[in-house]
Amino acid sequence: MCTVIKPGMLTTVQDRGRTGYRAFGMPVSGVMDRYAATMANILAGNEPGAAVLEMTMLGGTFRFPNETYLAVCGADMQGTLNGKKIQNWSAFYVPANSELSFGYAVNGCRSYIAFYGGIEVPKVMGSRSTYTRAGIGGFDGRALKADDVIEIGKAGEMPCAPRALSYHHLPKYGNEVRLRVIPGPQDGLFTAEGLQSLFSKSFTVSSRNDRMGVLLEGPTVEHASGADIISDALSAGAIQVPGDGHPIVMMADCQTTGGYAKIGFVIGPDLSRLAQAKAGDSVTFVECSDQEAVAALAAESAAYEKTAVGVSHGPLGGAPVKGAAASKEV
Amino acid sequence: MSNINIVKAGEQGVVVDFGDVIDPGVNARVHRLAQQISGKMPDEILELVPTYRSLMVYFDPLRISREALTDKIRLFLDSDAESGEKVDTATVVSIPVCYGGEFGPDLEFVASHNKLSVEEVVEIHTSRAYQVYMLGFTPGFPYLGGMSDRIAAPRLAQPRVVIPAGSIGIAGSQTGIYPIQSPGGWQLIGRTPLQLFNPGSADPFLFAAGNYLRFTAINAGTFQEILCQVESGSYKPVTGTVKQGEDAACAL
Repeated sequence: MCTVIKPGMLTTVQDRGRTGYRAFGMPVSGVMDRYAATMANILAGNEPGAAVLEMTMLGGTFRFPNETYLAVCGADMQGTLNGKKIQNWSAFYVPANSELSFGYAVNGCRSYIAFYGGIEVPKVMGSRSTYTRAGIGGFDGRALKADDVIEIGKAGEMPCAPRALSYHHLPKYGNEVRLRVIPGPQDGLFTAEGLQSLFSKSFTVSSRNDRMGVLLEGPTVEHASGADIISDALSAGAIQVPGDGHPIVMMADCQTTGGYAKIGFVIGPDLSRLAQAKAGDSVTFVECSDQEAVAALAAESAAYEKTAVGVSHGPLGGAPVKGAAASKEV
Repeated sequence: MSNINIVKAGEQGVVVDFGDVIDPGVNARVHRLAQQISGKMPDEILELVPTYRSLMVYFDPLRISREALTDKIRLFLDSDAESGEKVDTATVVSIPVCYGGEFGPDLEFVASHNKLSVEEVVEIHTSRAYQVYMLGFTPGFPYLGGMSDRIAAPRLAQPRVVIPAGSIGIAGSQTGIYPIQSPGGWQLIGRTPLQLFNPGSADPFLFAAGNYLRFTAINAGTFQEILCQVESGSYKPVTGTVKQGEDAACAL
């Protein structure tokens, strides 16, 4: 059990999202930074897709009447346990009657807390992810507020020893993000200059960005003859370019279809780094092949597997690291 | 089938594009391919999203290569014998709409853009039934075919950040309804008090692809009355039936 003392700026329950309903227009949602969230679960001894807390920019303060074990990964929000600084990208034991507190992100943008046993909120359409625009999933379909009480799942004997992520697997959060892009499906609707702008110029993350999409300011990307298409399907990573020429990279809560031409898709492994970008950070795009994208996915999986080797104990910590293991039903 | 393009959408997406048109025949081929693939869905395929004129196939690139998936899709396309027009009965749902004013801030733009009065825009918009070709954008958002080009209007160059639930919009020659509050770039002409998406219900979506719907103009007083009935759970949508592919103008 965990009582919210201060919720932070935007703290929601997320897992790997609500898949299987995109044909009905149901956005996937789920964690914005799957790398940090997955590593938090692995360090905490959970299945990689268990529900976690996602904190944005300013973290919260949480009280634990009972002992627990948890991991904190992602942006460094200067976490403290009972006033003592905690190590980011690590898992540790939390004694009964403890207070875990976070401040502003000093690097990155989103931080994840994985509790041993996962977060016990009811699944809605197969997922515990919060989709705030429709008010469904997670904790009452909304961001956490003060005095909310979150139930933590029971999962057998709790680990006690602290664990930290190997420095080989620590991502670096700077103010410049380079994203690999597979062109298409409508890259043919842009001029040669438009494509060149995308891949040669530097864009700035707008203050108008959220879990749905990241708007980019700066250079414009020129269409050959208008921005509108007959609406078709898209997903996180799609780069839509509306009539004003400013690209929008779709993120976890994005719509399932859209009517602006898509010049390309940011590859999945790189979206985690965009999820950590803040307003004013710079973004550059580089063209990428299928082979390179698949290699990046394989490298991401390998990092999870290597990390899991060191923590393979407990009922949730064993085999199911490979692939998208679902967390248990309530 | 030479006009069908299979193109990339990121490392885990393939788009089968049947052409750049909104057309009942093209849409039928999209749904047919979706049924063929989902009927024999290999484990490697994650999800299918049919749209007006394309099918998005989400796949796991660690389990199947794009080339192997594309070959499988081409086999389905080759085996898709052209079948005759199948005529089924479809449900027509009546959607009450309060046009203009605060509910439809772009109605006057749509009228002046097409050199019509606002009354003419409303008359044209309510004069026919629309086929639900696909759901997308947000939960339960129906993309509708068959709107008159006489009331077509471009999307906003910069999308609005907040559009209220129930708003009726026009984009190009498409019209649709926003089921939940969201951003969007369509020209707003009115609003319905009906609820299109209810996740707590056993049947969370008001429409399915293949239904028809028909807009009916109501005034602000009726809007409030229906809104109260919807909120208390006592509102029953007015429905009728129509033969698919026929003019549904007299169905309600």
